[in-house]
Amino acid sequence: MNTSTTVWRRILLAAAAPVAAVLLALVLSSLVLLVVGSDPLDAFGRMVRHALRLETMVDILNRATPLYISGIAAAVGFRMGLFNIGVEGQYLLAAIVAAHVGALVALPAFLHIPFIVLVAMTVGAAYSGFAGVLKVTRGINEVISTIMLNAIAVSGLVAFLINRWQSGGAVTGGVGRVGTEPIPSSGRIPDLNGFVELFTREITQGKRLTGVLVIAVLAGVVFHLLINRTRFGYDLRASGINPIAAQVGGIPPKRMIVMAMIISGAFAGLVGLTEIMHIGFFPANPIQGLGFTGIAVALLGRNRAVGAALAALLFAFLDVSSGVLQFSGAPREIVVIMQGIIILAAVIAYEVARRAREREEARTAAEALEVNETEEVVA
Amino acid sequence: MKKSVRYLAGLLALAMVVAACGDEGEGPGGDDAPHVGLVFDIGGRGDQSFNDAAAAGLDKAVAELGVTKSEASPNDDGSNRAELLQLAADESDIVIAVGFLFEGDAAAVAAENPEVNFAVVDTPMINGETNEPYSDNTAGLVFAEHEGSFLVGAAAALKSETGVIGFIGGVSGMGGLIEKFEAGFVAGARAVNPDIEIVRQYITAAPDFDGFVAPDRGREIALSMYEDNGADIIYHAAGLSGSGLFDAAKEFSEASGSKVWAIGVDSDQYNTAGDEVKDYILTSMLKRVDVAVFEIIKAHIEGNFASGPQEYDLSVDGVGYATSGGFIDDITDTLDDYKAKIVSGEIEVPTTPAP
Repeated sequence: MNTSTTVWRRILLAAAAPVAAVLLALVLSSLVLLVVGSDPLDAFGRMVRHALRLETMVDILNRATPLYISGIAAAVGFRMGLFNIGVEGQYLLAAIVAAHVGALVALPAFLHIPFIVLVAMTVGAAYSGFAGVLKVTRGINEVISTIMLNAIAVSGLVAFLINRWQSGGAVTGGVGRVGTEPIPSSGRIPDLNGFVELFTREITQGKRLTGVLVIAVLAGVVFHLLINRTRFGYDLRASGINPIAAQVGGIPPKRMIVMAMIISGAFAGLVGLTEIMHIGFFPANPIQGLGFTGIAVALLGRNRAVGAALAALLFAFLDVSSGVLQFSGAPREIVVIMQGIIILAAVIAYEVARRAREREEARTAAEALEVNETEEVVA
Repeated sequence: MKKSVRYLAGLLALAMVVAACGDEGEGPGGDDAPHVGLVFDIGGRGDQSFNDAAAAGLDKAVAELGVTKSEASPNDDGSNRAELLQLAADESDIVIAVGFLFEGDAAAVAAENPEVNFAVVDTPMINGETNEPYSDNTAGLVFAEHEGSFLVGAAAALKSETGVIGFIGGVSGMGGLIEKFEAGFVAGARAVNPDIEIVRQYITAAPDFDGFVAPDRGREIALSMYEDNGADIIYHAAGLSGSGLFDAAKEFSEASGSKVWAIGVDSDQYNTAGDEVKDYILTSMLKRVDVAVFEIIKAHIEGNFASGPQEYDLSVDGVGYATSGGFIDDITDTLDDYKAKIVSGEIEVPTTPAP
């Protein structure tokens, strides 16, 4: 009986922190809304009602997909105690190279799609692995090197390559959008509208649920198994918790650092797939910033596969709510404020929960000790 | 542990109390006056440029035409443009989007909402495959830039002391887009002084679009025009690269002791380029986004909404010149004479540059 209550307490404690963070964010953003003269309940009501529409759900899932993959990429590093800030540069570089190479080759779909995915993962892994190599051979902190590599990738390589590789105005559906040569349809992941519509009504407004969602789910499963069910994952977690103990235990730290960065980068390479495999090319004005939001997603999701999924959905929901808030007269910035408060509150709440757990463990240990002592006395 | 649980319980209770006093308010709607949904480009109100101009046009329409309005601007990464257009369409009779980046999304959302009119600023909204408007309910708000450039060309010729003026284009060969500015500028300057020398240079040629975002190269070209060619006024149609021209004007003026000028483009750059360089900005060629927004709302109300490119020219003040700083107050009469002649058709401004 004692153990089962402890388990329940632990689950409660784990869930309490993020829930408390969201509640705190709700309360504080209500105050902000009141200050700027909007009715918070009306605003939140609109957000929820909007989010319950099928088309909005498609928007939320489309937005959450790259956020989730980006969160997973960051989480790989975090579990090892590495701060890979370079997801941003890694995914943009991977996306443009994969889009270009993917448009050059003619393959059947069952080869074309894996080929593009593989190219994207390889580029991301190589670019991120470089930061890992710099760390183990030259002792350069990965925070510094990945920030620098971001600048080189985004303002340097991608800006250069987009000029080189852009087709003379890609026309899709009559709309001229500047970007790389379009990927043939065999290299595009079909949307999931047909599948979803089996269970719901027809998706209107021309919304398409990205098929990359499937890749995101697979990435989450692979991440979970890799971290929790493999020798490598055990080594990674051990190195993250106590690098010196891990080294003493025979885990080579340098190899682990490079491997963790490579795997993190391979996941990062997948982030841009929504852009290139859903719309079919790399646009001259791609969505940027997903790499940084991914860090927040990993943080809020406690670097766990399921946690990051919930965090990505929450962030996507807030992003998508920005429009409906504005049309109800509330400022758009409320969404950014809420996201910021949720992150801050989560960090604090996790720390509070961690301390509570430690006290709990100390207490159980003390109780067990007492029981043992009494037993000994009795004996 | 107990303490944190208590806090948590308190927080929960507070949230429930807050939640309990809610009412299900419905949004506005259902009245007779048309509703206008304005979707800004990233940044929204306060950018001192196209967004603010569009907002001014909408505010005027609210005041003078009695329309109701709602506004929104995209997330910082621009990821929700299409969603905003759809939300605007849900509650509006006409949706106006600021900036050519909305073209694709507006065409798609317009096709899904045939009963709502859509207007996008700074793009003709022409289907690239058929060369027709995307649909009957999509209009593009474009400007007679050559006519506005004519006036600032005339201003440059009137104000030049060396008899040499310059033109810096961002990117050449984009279907003659920037050449239109050059054509008007040259025609205007020569209308004042047929013998004036005009040095012209483009920063890059399409498909290299760096010319719009290369202030360093804009600065070098401008410095060479001031130093080597003896130009004392330079007009730019080079987007962000124009800031290099402004820096060069200040730099050369301070180094040589004789004041040289720059002419801005699109919005009143005296107000937007920064305090250090504003005293070197003689005037700016204005695209009056406010006029275009007001006019398209008016056309919608009067049942005259037409699809495809809607060009706003001097006759409706769709283009013009800025007087901020008061540097050209002495020649506005002459410029307004030219304007009247262009409006009456007496002067026809070319859209391709004379050699």
